[in-house]
Amino acid sequence: MHLEYFQLIDRIAEIDFAERVIRVEATVPVTSTIFEGHFPGHPLMPGVLLIEAMAQTSGWLIIGLLGFQRMPFLAGVKEAKLRQFVTPGTPLSLEAAIEHDGSGYTITRAKIKSEGKSVCDATLTFRVVPFPTADFRAQMVETAKRLKYPAEIPANG
Amino acid sequence: MSSTLDTVSNIIAETCDIPRETITPESHAIDDLGIDSLDFLDIAFAIDKAFGIKLPLEQWTQEVNDGKATTEQYFILSNLSARIDELVAAKKA
Repeated sequence: MHLEYFQLIDRIAEIDFAERVIRVEATVPVTSTIFEGHFPGHPLMPGVLLIEAMAQTSGWLIIGLLGFQRMPFLAGVKEAKLRQFVTPGTPLSLEAAIEHDGSGYTITRAKIKSEGKSVCDATLTFRVVPFPTADFRAQMVETAKRLKYPAEIPANG
Repeated sequence: MSSTLDTVSNIIAETCDIPRETITPESHAIDDLGIDSLDFLDIAFAIDKAFGIKLPLEQWTQEVNDGKATTEQYFILSNLSARIDELVAAKKA
């Protein structure tokens, strides 16, 4: 994780295309400027960033299922529950599954656990549109490689 | 068993917090009821689930943008209900 750059996941461990499920790993950094404000002397991973981490996890599942042809943009967060405090250095396991695949939108159910305990969960809605530019897609391909995307990345957008 | 129009009207009322009595078959979801595109995603999800279909929103939007269809054909509730009935029938066929 690199919170300042919105890099909220570290590695895509598994995508099951048949079951439409993804598993991702991340570790909350020990230091970050974000912890200077949230909160002084009592650093906590902000809940909104946990939701963003679930969104990124869901997003890679959607991108993978669509063969890197389309880009999901977060459009809605429902039933978000932040179940426990997350402190610097905490290892996280993230999962997302497709709840509904609509026309131009997708709904996922995502959750984060740490050492077997539930950290948070939410239902997320995404608008799913063609990549705005070829460069955007290329950037996402590079990011996928950095995250060790565990399947073949189609060459053409 | 409630009609498609009743089901759709109830979904819109519940999803968008619009008084049910203000929703009529002639209501235009966007122009009259003021439903924005984000709320319409929630409505589409509820309709997809309720009827076991996939509303072809992208296709409809493309047709409207290309001038091949009007928003009235898809977003006046009586017309939307008729489209849903067609999709349900096509799925059963």
